[in-house]
Amino acid sequence: MSELGRAALLVTLGLSVYALVAGVAAARLGRRRLALSAQNALLAAFVSTAVASAVLLAALLRHDFSFTYVARTTSEELPTAYTISAFWGGQEGSLLLWLLVLTGFGAAAVRLNRSWARDLVVWVVPVFAAVTVFFAFLVVAVASPFATQPAPPDGAGMTPSLQNPYMLAHPPLLYLGYVGLTVPFAFALGALLSGRTDERWLVATRRWTLVAWTALGVGQLLGAHWAYVEVGWGGYYAWDPVENAALMPWLAATAFLHSVMIQEKRGMLRIWNVLLVFLAFSLSLFGTFLTRSGVVNSIHAFTQSSIGPWFLAFIAVTVAVSVAVLLRRLPLLRSRARLESPLSREAAFLYNNLLLLALCLAILWGVVYPLLSEAVRGEAVVLGRSYYDFFLRAFGLPLLLLMGIGPLIAWRRASLASLATTFRWPTAFALATGAVLLALGAGSSLPGLVAYTFSAFVAATIVLEFARGTAARKALGATSWPGAFFSLIARNRRRYGGYVVHAAIVLLAVGIAGSSAFDSVGEATLRPGETLEVGRYALTYRSLDERQTANATELRALLSVRRGGRDLGTLEAGKNAYTVEQQVSNEVGIRSDRLTGEDLFVIAEQIDPDGTVSFRVFVKPLVNLIWLAGLVFVLGSLIALWPDAREQRRLAERATSLGLTTSR
Amino acid sequence: MLAALLAAACVLLVALPFLKEPSPASDSLHELDEAERRRLERLEARDRALAALKELEFDHRTGTISDEDYRTLVGPLRREVAAALQALEADAGSPADGTAGEGRPSGGRTS
Repeated sequence: MSELGRAALLVTLGLSVYALVAGVAAARLGRRRLALSAQNALLAAFVSTAVASAVLLAALLRHDFSFTYVARTTSEELPTAYTISAFWGGQEGSLLLWLLVLTGFGAAAVRLNRSWARDLVVWVVPVFAAVTVFFAFLVVAVASPFATQPAPPDGAGMTPSLQNPYMLAHPPLLYLGYVGLTVPFAFALGALLSGRTDERWLVATRRWTLVAWTALGVGQLLGAHWAYVEVGWGGYYAWDPVENAALMPWLAATAFLHSVMIQEKRGMLRIWNVLLVFLAFSLSLFGTFLTRSGVVNSIHAFTQSSIGPWFLAFIAVTVAVSVAVLLRRLPLLRSRARLESPLSREAAFLYNNLLLLALCLAILWGVVYPLLSEAVRGEAVVLGRSYYDFFLRAFGLPLLLLMGIGPLIAWRRASLASLATTFRWPTAFALATGAVLLALGAGSSLPGLVAYTFSAFVAATIVLEFARGTAARKALGATSWPGAFFSLIARNRRRYGGYVVHAAIVLLAVGIAGSSAFDSVGEATLRPGETLEVGRYALTYRSLDERQTANATELRALLSVRRGGRDLGTLEAGKNAYTVEQQVSNEVGIRSDRLTGEDLFVIAEQIDPDGTVSFRVFVKPLVNLIWLAGLVFVLGSLIALWPDAREQRRLAERATSLGLTTSR
Repeated sequence: MLAALLAAACVLLVALPFLKEPSPASDSLHELDEAERRRLERLEARDRALAALKELEFDHRTGTISDEDYRTLVGPLRREVAAALQALEADAGSPADGTAGEGRPSGGRTS
């Protein structure tokens, strides 16, 4: 079977090279059939990669340890779900998944857009093919998942921390995000190469960017929740280089999703938008390099490997080609419109872009500084949490405020007087919220108080927008209030879906502020019967329990929990000892209060043979709003993603009037 | 054997455009000429101006945009829409225009 896998990947590489060469030739010579042939080659590359993926999946499920990859990442005792997740749990398998998603996205994006943007798609195909050639080359020649060996009796198993349900979804979602950013990149570069710098590349890629951005966002949140429940250090985001690797392209894509509106509405920022797309894609490659090269120490990173130099070379080529083509096409991208006033929606979006980019670059500097310091001084100097927290506050808090201001200002220009009228209620609500919180003691953390106040402001603007819009739709003839509400959203899905996403960011901000600025911590070493008090909670250590599962021995300390004299039941925290992997993991105990969103978080840091246990306990107010934000985020993204029939008709009309849909 | 079948199927898929049309009347890609590009730009400008006007009207109706800002903005936007429509009408007799009345606004309602 391994021969079939290897052959299928060779076929993928050959098809990708053909799509690249034939695609360039077709575009330069204007050959229609050759262009279609190159497009079919991308589709065929997806099919052959799918065959290779099926071979690897079958080997994993059959526990075929003659595959080196299967033996290294699984064992006989590993539950089936985690055996499947081993597909992306190791370097080679995850690269294969990457290639599968890449070829799938490439074939789909080309198929969906070739009827109305055929002259543009002709140049998109070779760009996609070039990226595919690189990844196909990696899995064929550098990190093959189909290397074989004499089969050992059992595999080495999976790292215990990866044996978590979140690992079934977190990595694939991140890959969807990373790879999805190839679509806007390919269309942007294709538009520049073809000289078709009209609006079509934006329209073609907007939804793909939104899909990639949503997947990256949800993937990161799932990763944060995985870290929270599995890694067992009491937090959810550690500014780890690999976590940052996913955050940076997400921030660049966020900036693009906002600035693209300025280009659509005003025809401005055309160079800036192309730059943001290039930046997002380059950062996704850089993130992949960080995760896979072994240059950084991270719980999320793969082990040291030989693919680092290849990635660095590919990033260098990508950046050089992108910049060269952009410089060559600059005259085509010059905008005729100008910013009319610093008090306008486009100006607010521009400030938003600058802050997002500043935050992104600050994080990038934090990531590369240890690498640079090691290269220059021979010693890696790591920038700690305070560095990142400073920039998160410096750029993140104004961003939060702008999220409320931007959508309520007029395009082109707004007067100060009308701004005062527009924002009087949200401002009053925010100030009242801030004052009440101050009175309740929230002044112990100024950034936390500011975050709450700004969040109240943004929430008020969102509610106001929905309320006013619904009332207007009712006045325009909607039969009922719910009808008016849904009609409002249906008629402008991007705008109101965007507001729902903003609501998710507000929940996220409140959750982060609450759980990080106003949390409580307690530590104690307890014998059975002894009690530890943290915040309003009293935890009494009752006993130690040991049990055996299929692949681990579980040791659990049982604690009874009381709050304000009321019995809240029992909580378990402890450790798992994995037999095959010879590793021990922390298994934290979490009690969530659904009403307040607060968590009681217990870590059994050390369990002694005499039954004494060292506990570390956190009380994290509002932390569950972070996970709720994920659901709201997905809802908002889905609303914004939903196809708009009127826009489709308008695009079809344009294409038809230019004769772009008449031939094959 | 399976690998050979896969390779053959992929080659067939890649060769399909040539197999379906061994000797087509024309094998050239439809490239937009200068007039078509100009027309595309004007269609985009028209749709952009109409969408902006529509959004302004709705934002004014909801109260998001004040009367004062509305009065300042609506005039230039209406002129922009008129100019975009006129430019398209001026193109109407040119060879690039295949359909009469293409300059008609689409989605021009403001509610």
